[in-house]
Amino acid sequence: MSQRAPWEEQRKLLVKLEEETDPALGCPPTKRPLDQHLRFGLINLDKPSGPSSHEVVAWVKRMLRMKHAGHGGTLETFARLEQSDGYRRASSSS
Amino acid sequence: MVTGVLPLALEDATKTIQAFLLTGKEYVCLMALHGDVEEKKVQAVLEEFVGDILQRPPVRAAVRRDVRKRRIYYIRDVEMGGRDVLFRVGCQAGTYIRKLVYDMGEVLGVGAHMRELRRTRAGSFTDGESFSLYDLMELSEAKTEEREVLARRMVKPMESAFEYVPRIYIRDSTVSSICHGAELAVPGIVRLSESIVPKMSIALFTLKDELVALSKALMSSDQMMKEDHGLAAKTVRVIMPAETYPRMWKTKTVTVQA
Repeated sequence: MSQRAPWEEQRKLLVKLEEETDPALGCPPTKRPLDQHLRFGLINLDKPSGPSSHEVVAWVKRMLRMKHAGHGGTLETFARLEQSDGYRRASSSS
Repeated sequence: MVTGVLPLALEDATKTIQAFLLTGKEYVCLMALHGDVEEKKVQAVLEEFVGDILQRPPVRAAVRRDVRKRRIYYIRDVEMGGRDVLFRVGCQAGTYIRKLVYDMGEVLGVGAHMRELRRTRAGSFTDGESFSLYDLMELSEAKTEEREVLARRMVKPMESAFEYVPRIYIRDSTVSSICHGAELAVPGIVRLSESIVPKMSIALFTLKDELVALSKALMSSDQMMKEDHGLAAKTVRVIMPAETYPRMWKTKTVTVQA
């Protein structure tokens, strides 16, 4: 089963306890007020080619006036370098 | 050139990034062969790479260059035109596709390099649902009412990234202690994923589906179901602000247990 991609696996939940949650406490993720929605928010960004993942994060952070932002999983930090013929030749012959 | 799904985290959600780094990825890759190879052979060789492979990270990498095992879940939709090979690959986090392509070229005997790469999935984030920098610019320039509409559409709750992360739902009365850094004990468990094994990275959720913390399992799912006491998971990173749920634990009890 673990040969499969996580998104193609069936996930089951086991129930240990029958328990309710107090509606007065906390807040379901989809009902958060806007400021909290952003504070605990993620963006699925379609990264353009050219700028590095880090540059893109910096732009978005500034654009949305955020104090903190980060990205998950670098998409080619060295893209610039690899555009050069030298690197391409070096990386395909090493 | 590399494009595609890049999950971005804002403010407090930035703490959840380590969980993204662990989720599987899918790419569409354009490989350029350095010689002519029959299509049948290409198909066969690409299929050989499905399963566990060994990879040494490239010279310019963000990690230690030790050989490591990575799983290729699938290689699909292989299309060929001359020396260009297009394919879709699903793989474990931390797989270097540029390296994979290079290795494919070696096995094919003619050599190859990666010409273009597009990430089509990172965990539960797929490229059909992504937004461009232009979309985000629109959001940043929008006025109050429109801003709310756009923000709700473009920004997703951080919990949405955890769809494929094994999880435990905990009782309201346990939330505060976890937020203060305590380990999760068995009596706090309400529901859990069936696939958990010790040392696995998991996430703790409230019964309202709010993310509480990232943890490391200390028991398997079976053990958690069977036992009525003991520590089930070690808290690694608290995400939820501590004051969200009231403190329901007594200092005395904690001292006695410790």
